[in-house]
Amino acid sequence: MSNHPLFQLTLMRMREFIREPEALFWSMIFPIALAAGLGIAFRNRPPEVLKVAAVTPRLAEALRQEKLLDVTQLPPQLSEQFVRTGKVALVAEPATDGSVVYRYDDTNPEGRQARMLADQAIQRALGRQDAISGKDQIMREPGSRYIDFLIPGLIGMGIMGNSIWGPGFSIVDARRKKLMKRIVATPMPKHYYLLSFLLWRMILLPIDVGVPLAFGVFVFGIPLRGSFAALAAICVIATLAFSAVGLLIASRVRTIEAASGLMNLSMVPMWILSGVFFSSQRFPDLVQPIIKALPLTAVIDALRGNMLQGAGFAQMAPQAGVLGAWLVVCFGLALRLFRWR
Amino acid sequence: MPAKAALRVRNLRKTYKDVVAVDGIDLDILAGECFGLLGPNGAGKTTTIEICEGLTEADSGEVEVLGLHWKSDASALREKLGIQLQETQLAEKLTVFETLRLFRSFFRQGPGAEDAIRIVQLEEKRDARVGGLSGGQKQRLALACALVGDPDLLFLDEPTTGLDPQARRQLWDLIEEFKAAGRTILLTTHYMEEAERLCGRVAIMDHGKVIAQGTPRELIASIGVEHVVEFSVGNAMPDMAGIGAMAGVRDVRTENGSVLLQVTELHKAVPGLLDELGRQGIPLTELRTHSATLEDVFVHLTGRHLRDE
Repeated sequence: MSNHPLFQLTLMRMREFIREPEALFWSMIFPIALAAGLGIAFRNRPPEVLKVAAVTPRLAEALRQEKLLDVTQLPPQLSEQFVRTGKVALVAEPATDGSVVYRYDDTNPEGRQARMLADQAIQRALGRQDAISGKDQIMREPGSRYIDFLIPGLIGMGIMGNSIWGPGFSIVDARRKKLMKRIVATPMPKHYYLLSFLLWRMILLPIDVGVPLAFGVFVFGIPLRGSFAALAAICVIATLAFSAVGLLIASRVRTIEAASGLMNLSMVPMWILSGVFFSSQRFPDLVQPIIKALPLTAVIDALRGNMLQGAGFAQMAPQAGVLGAWLVVCFGLALRLFRWR
Repeated sequence: MPAKAALRVRNLRKTYKDVVAVDGIDLDILAGECFGLLGPNGAGKTTTIEICEGLTEADSGEVEVLGLHWKSDASALREKLGIQLQETQLAEKLTVFETLRLFRSFFRQGPGAEDAIRIVQLEEKRDARVGGLSGGQKQRLALACALVGDPDLLFLDEPTTGLDPQARRQLWDLIEEFKAAGRTILLTTHYMEEAERLCGRVAIMDHGKVIAQGTPRELIASIGVEHVVEFSVGNAMPDMAGIGAMAGVRDVRTENGSVLLQVTELHKAVPGLLDELGRQGIPLTELRTHSATLEDVFVHLTGRHLRDE
């Protein structure tokens, strides 16, 4: 077993990987940092309390009836300055004709919101009755937040990036250094060489997926509503499909520069179109069939379906089919085109 | 028992775009001999050896390796050959032992990684990363990688190019041990000392053709010159016709301000030269003699030096 060429080749992949500390660091840290950054940026904040001011005790008292306003009382000569410097969003002042003047910046959303809340509080304090009573139903459960949408997208993007860059770079590097030529000058069956890349990706898969997934589950409490087996299966198919894309990209090129160019050319459109950060439904209907046929769209749709809506094997079949087609076509082409020297 | 052919090449041709790399070559390498392909860069040595190694396909011609053919017996052949390519960079992050373990796993039989390390004397570097080895150590590791399949035929493509003199001598010692162990070796080189020292027979290549073939001794004898006398006379102009007419002098050439005489009898030519220059009243600033080498054979055949680029 330990003398099998496939075992030794995979061992070489592992040694090259773990002995490159930077690569190890970035491949682990990057998805976490991205998820953490975006998670913080789009976290659900408690409803914000707006700072407002009034120049008379009576107006201040009326405004305090509204829980979402933090009210201070100001001498009249300071009111203009406080609004201008943003210390308060709005100042309420009595006008000489008995009406109320709201001093605020109408280009600032906070100002407009304060205007609505302040006016409502003052009108109610003076006896206005609501025509109909409204009741709130707050939607804040896991599964419908941005972070729940984002984590499956990041997992899909991670699988794509690692599976394309990893084998692609190793192959071009081995070809450039003539190591590949030396290895195929031995009796080892050539397909072992390519298989070792797929095998190594499979070994790394629990880390590629596990790190961002565990981060999402434990830090943001994202749900895992579908079967874990189905989730694992879609990740395996996706890794094989993207590795095949990587092998195809690396099948002929001789320089790292050419390889990076081709890799970016294939990945960047998918980052944009496949709905990693925002729903791909935003693109015109005309291009939807193309977007649906992209491997990254397939894996992200499947992951979201599984994690957020509890989709099982049957519901993910169309996406699995798309990924399977990419795998077969790209691997077949790569085998045909591959330059072994 | 007549030695049987380890490698037989007939009328081999290979053209790259508009360059004829190999232009109709015949070679016969016998089991147990160390055969050298000697020639300048671009002579077609690497193309020839890589066709024999099954890495490059010839346009036409016949190659029979150990009685087998690449078309029909490739996998059997791969088990029997040890190959060192020109300028292969092995995986830098692996250790010497790990590299040999990897290559050993590609072959059905052969010495273990530890044995291979001992053969090329890299015991001290067993657990060192390949990236940290010196040029000579890397070449010895490449040699070990060629040995792990216990090959019947060893192909070495410029095994000492780019090495310092000490590392080169160390590698020569190793190759001489392989010879003593009865291995069949085909090596390419553009160092004539290397070919003279290591190879039982040599084929001199130039522009894709074999221009001479034989033992180094035969080749040197074939130009009918045993010694070369080289001298300089500062700015003076000696009478070349007079010098050329001296007893035992076969040829006179000037090169970089020096005069080169190809002579058969050193003990007559040198005193004759001194007398002649004395008669012409020309002071000698430099005088050197050496026995004729393969370099002189190459110069004799092509008018150029092996290392001329």
